[in-house]
This record gives sequence, C-alpha cells and structure tokens, in this order.
Amino acid sequence: MSFPVQANGSPRAVPNSEASFFWRKLSEHRTALWRLASIGLFFLVWEIAGRIPISFAFPTFLETLRAFVTMTLDGSFVAAYAETLQPLVIGIAISAVIGIGLGIVMGLSRFAEWLVAPVFIVLQAAPMAALIPLITFVYGIGLVSKTLAVIMLALPVIVLNGYKAVRNANPSLVAMCYSFQGNLWQRITKIIIPDASPVIFAGLRLGLAAGFIGVILAELLITPTGIGDLITYHRSVANYAEMYAAVVSIILVSTLTLAALEAFELRVLRPEKRKS
Amino acid sequence: MRNITAQAASAAAVAAGSDVAVEVRGVCKMYNEVEALRGIDLDFPAGKLTTLLGPSGCGKTTLLKIIAGLIPATSGEIRVNGQTVTGPGPERAFVFQDFALMPWATVMRNVAFGLELKGMGKDERQSIARKYIAEVGLSGFESKYPHELSGGMRQRVGLARAFAVNADVLLLDEPFSAVDEQNRRKFQEDLLELVEKEKKTFIFVTHSIEEAVYCSDRIVILSRRPGRIAQIIEPEIDRTASPDAIRRDQGYLDTVEEIWQGLKRYVD
Ligand SMILES: Nc1ncnc2c1ncn2[C@@H]1O[C@H](COP(=O)(O)OP(=O)(O)OP(=O)(O)O)[C@@H](O)[C@H]1O
Ligand SMILES: [Mg+2]
Repeated sequence: MSFPVQANGSPRAVPNSEASFFWRKLSEHRTALWRLASIGLFFLVWEIAGRIPISFAFPTFLETLRAFVTMTLDGSFVAAYAETLQPLVIGIAISAVIGIGLGIVMGLSRFAEWLVAPVFIVLQAAPMAALIPLITFVYGIGLVSKTLAVIMLALPVIVLNGYKAVRNANPSLVAMCYSFQGNLWQRITKIIIPDASPVIFAGLRLGLAAGFIGVILAELLITPTGIGDLITYHRSVANYAEMYAAVVSIILVSTLTLAALEAFELRVLRPEKRKS
Repeated sequence: MRNITAQAASAAAVAAGSDVAVEVRGVCKMYNEVEALRGIDLDFPAGKLTTLLGPSGCGKTTLLKIIAGLIPATSGEIRVNGQTVTGPGPERAFVFQDFALMPWATVMRNVAFGLELKGMGKDERQSIARKYIAEVGLSGFESKYPHELSGGMRQRVGLARAFAVNADVLLLDEPFSAVDEQNRRKFQEDLLELVEKEKKTFIFVTHSIEEAVYCSDRIVILSRRPGRIAQIIEPEIDRTASPDAIRRDQGYLDTVEEIWQGLKRYVD
C-alpha cells in the first residue's frame, strides 16, 4: 500500500565521508537558504527597477519599506485590516464548514457526487471574479456582498479537494475500521478525515488564497473600504510607495495566515509529520 | 503427518463437532463474472492454527475476508462459535497484509484502536495495549509512529492490535509477506509462542509451504481458481523441540515435499 514507502527516506543520501558531512549540513539548511536568497534577489531587482525607473508610478524597494513601516506604526494597517478581515473570516469560515461538509458527503455518496460535483466543477472553471459586480445588484454594497464574494471564490476549491480526498481515503484503513466494528461516524471522524486531511487542508489553503483575492476585489470593485480603500486612496493621490506597501501587506498577511493554517494542521491532525 | 483427502475431509469436519470455532458451509463467491470460490466446506478447530495455502489468485484472501465478515459470500454461510456471520464481530480480529496502521497515530493508539472504537476509557485501553505491545516485543516503542518502524515491527503492531480486542479467532492474511526472511523466522517462532500462550484460534494465509508446515496444526490446500479444497494435511510436528531441530526434522521435510508435489501441478 502507500505508506511504507515514505519511511525509507531519500535513497540517495548515503553519507560516508567528511566532505559529505559538510554537504549534508548544508543541504539541511539549503531550502531555507535558497528561500532567503530568492527573496533577497527579488528585492534587489525591485530596488534597481525602481531606481531606473521603469515607471514614475513604480517606487523603489526602500521607499516602499519606509512607507510600510510608517503605515504600520501610525495604525492605518490595523484599522484597514480590522475591516478587510471581517468578510474574509466570515466567508472563509462559512466556506470551510459548507465545503468540507459537502466534500465529505460527496466523497461518501455516489448520489450526492452525481448531484453536486458538476456544479462546483463548472463554478471552479468559471471566471468568478467577473461575477463580483453582479452581487452588488442583488445584495448591495455591504458586508453581505463582500462575504459572498469571498465564498464564491473560496468554496469550489474547498469542496472539490474535500471530495477528492474523501473519495481516495485509504481503503485498507477503512476496512480495518470496519473489521473492528467501527460505526459510520467513527469511520468518518477517526479514519477518513485524518487520512484526507492533507488534501482537505491543501484545499483550505487554496480557498483562503482565493478568498483573499475575493475580498480585495470586492473592496476595489464594490465599495472602497479596508485595505482596498487604502490602495485606492493612495493611488488617487499618487502616493505610490504607500500603495505598494499596502499591496505588499496583503501578500504578507495572506502568507502568514497560510503558514498558521499549516502549523495548525500538523499540530492537530497529523502529528507524525512534525517529527521528521 | 496425516493426509486427509477432500471427500474424507468434509466428513471428518462435520464429525468433529464440539470444539470447532469456525464452520464454513457451502461458501461460493462470485466477483461479477469471476468465480473465486466454489462450494467450500471447512471446519476450523478451536485453539489451533490452520493455514490456507494455494496458488496465487485461488481465493485465500477472499475466503478469509468472508470469514471476517468484510465481504459477503454469494451463497453459503459462516458460523463462528455457532453464530451465523453477517458482518465483522467482536469474536474475530483481522491482521492485514499491508498492516493497515494509521500513520498519524502512535504505536500505542494503533494497538488500542479496536478498544477505542468500542468506547473503552483511555487509561483502561492503554494499560491493555501496553501489555500486548510488550507481548509482541515492542516495549519502548509506544510513542513511535509507524513510519519510524521496520516492516516486521509494523506487523507486530498489527498483531498486538488484534490481540488487544481479545477475540477468539484471529485471521491473518499473509502477515509476513512484507517482512524479510530473518525477521520472518523470528516472527514465526514468536507467533508460535503466542499461539501457545493465548489459546486462540488462528486462521492464517500464506504463500510459503515451509511457513505453513512450520506453524500449522492443519493445512488446507486450495486448488486453482475457482478455489476448492484440494487437500487437508495435519503436519503433527513435535513442537516441544527447538525451532532449529524442527526445521531439520525428517517429518517436517517430508511434509514440505509432499505439499510441493501436490501444488506443483498448479504452477506453470
Ligand atoms: N474485488 C474484486 N473484484 C473482482 N475480482 C476479484 C476481487 N478480489 C479478488 N478477485 C479475484 O478473485 C480471485 C481470488 O482473489 P484472492 O485475492 O482471494 O486470491 P488469493 O488467493 O488471496 O491470491 P494471492 O495469493 O495472490 O493473494 C482472483 O482471481 C482475483 O482476480
Ligand atoms: Mg491474497
């Protein structure tokens, strides 16, 4: 079956001399080093591009950094995110509950799969961002519309991942649970969900990233509030460094949230992956 | 060694009566168009280790899973301690060929899992699990995860999990097939000790003739698909001798040879 393979680790790593010890040490930190190097290189290129300059509306990295620090200290980020995160958190929470629930039901029942899966496959392929202005017609410009925008972007990928994960749950573990007289509820909570959790969480991470896009689009397209307002405002008064700082803050916040989600998953559902 | 032909076997089986743990009566199994088992009548004596042996694809796993209640028979019935089987039950426990351990759970939780499903409290089930972890020789590994264990150790976890629920009948599907040869021999010796100690009925599927003769009280040889009973052999080996003496014993070697002569015609 699937799991004995992963225990053996990399077949290539056979260190047998001093030199290879050095390489091994280096390779342990290699991913971290490469990551830092690639980020550093990116900032360098940014700084150079800003100094040429490629456009009068393109600030250098250092200007952006300065604006970022100022905006962090004067509290404008805090105020903006307090507003932006509201529809995002509500939307993601709703999408996660509905998405994982639907995904599990679809994974377990052929009928539900037949009924629901095509809808979400179409929705995932559709250009949902283009539909966001339509929501305003129906639900106005308030919190409801923005939450809906988040759900529209986040839900399909969460549902489809949950469904695929449950459908592909290790049949041997399911049979094991059945043979020890586990009931349906135990089979779902003790075997299927933990077994499917890596893929379910991959779906949640993709959904969260899509939700970020949804809420920013809603703030840019529906009503300028929160971080979207910050971007719009600074663009309108030609504070390009501040505008880019706001954009960078979005990337930062979404990366941190995704990392937190991953840490939560390892901690709660798959403790064995933490050790190695 | 006692060699019982197919016809005499079913007669002997029905006569055995009293201390029979598992009765198989007229079991047939069709997978759509594929006939896997045909008219199996078989008794498994209580407290003994019976092996199912036969060519690949003859339906050994299928028969074991039907006895376990994991899949239904197309016709016929299974009785365990006189009760007709309709699904998995507490008096039977299965040891899986691929171990079927939860990779996210420690050895302790895996071994105690059958008890956890029954709703037993944590302290109680852990103390039971600890006992069986020690019995299969894994003390000190309670908080390890499956991927930190060797194949042989993983199968010991699977065995301890089956012991922990205190079933009367243990069903083992090629438990050693993913274990290397040296560990396998050690494991076989340990298993025999456990058979002696636990006084349970073991039904064991294997590909290895040596393993079957070495471990079994009774060997059921199935013919090629559709599986039917070809031969029943009781090795009658003196188990008080040391493992190495048994492996050199003339009766042991003759039995291996005889089974091989019988099975040879299925190999092409
Ligand atoms: N789920 C299934 N669907 C269809 N056919 C199956 C299924 N499971 C088994 N079979 C068929 O039934 C026959 C018996 O299979 P089984 O797995 O019981 O054999 P086996 O004796 O355990 O073989 P092996 O020694 O290779 O493990 C095989 O020919 C196989 O192709
Ligand atoms: Mg098999």
